[in-house]
Amino acid sequence: MVLLGTCAVGCGSDDPHRLVVSAASSMTVTLEACAPKFGDAENADVKLSFAGSDELAAQIRQGAKVDAYAAANTKLPDELYADGLLTKPVEFATNEFVLAVPEDSDIQSVADLTKEGTVLVVGSESVPIGAYTRETLAKLPPAQEKAILANVRSNEPDVKGIVGKLTQGAADAGFVYVTDVNAASGDLKAIHLPKELEPQVAYAAGVVKKAEQPDLGGKFVDGLTQGDCADALGDAGFGPAP
Amino acid sequence: MTRAGLTRAAWFPALLGLCLAAALTFLTLPVVAIFVNSSPGQLIDSLGEPGALDALWLSLRTTAASIAIILLVGTPAAYLLATRSFRGKAVAVTLIELPLVLPPAVAGIALLAAVGPSGILGGTIEALGIELSLTTASVVVALTFVASPFYVRQAMAAFTAVDRTLLEASRTLGVSEALGFLRVMIPVALPGLAAGTALALGRALGEFGATLMFAGSFRGITQTVPLAIYDRFSTDFDSALALSAVLVAVSAAILLSVKLVRGGEALGSAPR
Repeated sequence: MVLLGTCAVGCGSDDPHRLVVSAASSMTVTLEACAPKFGDAENADVKLSFAGSDELAAQIRQGAKVDAYAAANTKLPDELYADGLLTKPVEFATNEFVLAVPEDSDIQSVADLTKEGTVLVVGSESVPIGAYTRETLAKLPPAQEKAILANVRSNEPDVKGIVGKLTQGAADAGFVYVTDVNAASGDLKAIHLPKELEPQVAYAAGVVKKAEQPDLGGKFVDGLTQGDCADALGDAGFGPAP
Repeated sequence: MTRAGLTRAAWFPALLGLCLAAALTFLTLPVVAIFVNSSPGQLIDSLGEPGALDALWLSLRTTAASIAIILLVGTPAAYLLATRSFRGKAVAVTLIELPLVLPPAVAGIALLAAVGPSGILGGTIEALGIELSLTTASVVVALTFVASPFYVRQAMAAFTAVDRTLLEASRTLGVSEALGFLRVMIPVALPGLAAGTALALGRALGEFGATLMFAGSFRGITQTVPLAIYDRFSTDFDSALALSAVLVAVSAAILLSVKLVRGGEALGSAPR
């Protein structure tokens, strides 16, 4: 109330506009680095909110005041678009789905995960990383898939939970994005999956229909494919949009 | 009310009333909304879902286990703190109370740093053959850590308030301190101990952050009701509402039992 009041009186063209961006956890480090540059260029105060893409989508459905939404898949933004809550999503990056293990681990491939006693931590079914995990495991022979799923000891609500369990030594292996392994400052190593197993991981973003700053939100989404944030995404290991 | 207050305009009582109304609305509305949004039929349907029942059953088991540990260790510890004075007692009491004000996320990180696989005691625990990572046991550890101060604080107050002459009388009759503790102190302090138990129970049932960080989330193993609510938030809001409604009902029952127990006793003193 107080904030709105001051804004009504004193929101001149010099005051930065508040832009709220909800983005998937896997982009935390990257966007935190490039958002201030965007803010300076556009005279905006960018507020970033990171969580599992599904949670962020649920928040938008519940009416959260968000201007732009960047998800770790295309399905969730497409669903919001279909329900009239988001502008047509733009694919802006790809990521590689990998198996992450602690630096000193003996695990070398997905096949090693079938060994009894291996502690595997994955994303919960509702979050993109968890959906990709199940999609990938479903391509394995049923017996192998079953043995691996039997070793799952936690279904984490977002990527941070998986990486945290791995770096804390609570888990032997987990499925994450290659960018998360890069961001874990050498504690983890990525095991690349054979091409036939690897899911297509495309990131898509859109402007929330009820956005208070639709123009600025649009510029931010555009900036994910061209500009400082696009460069930062590339530096972090994200691939270009398909 | 003062004489001056009676003659002046009644703005102050009006302000008091307004503040109370605001507080009541603000605190009640979200809880009421849970029940407005979920019909009783929906509630029962959602609870029929196996994952929800697993979460409830796990919450009950882990809470019961942690309460058992808290009672067994916390009662004698509270008795000692209430009946003896020693150097460093104030420090000990403060340290025991500290988890009360710790944010759950800090509790989770602290537990990982202490007894997690890479924690300072991680190796020792592993050497003892105790599996304390992503297991039901780790949930119990998290619940015990966050809930025990609620009990110990209350139990200390209850023991402090017991008339010391009772214990001295039993001593002069040749009863040992251990027997006096069991036969005199505990029965007399029982209402206070029960209130403390209820508070710890409520806190343990609602624990979320420390459990997620320290124990993970797996159906039937580590996914307690609050974690199951969070898991359903994005996919099945109705089911999340239904589980929330159950927690509200249980918590209200706990609060009510505390009030009933408290109503029948004279223990109003704050812990020292």
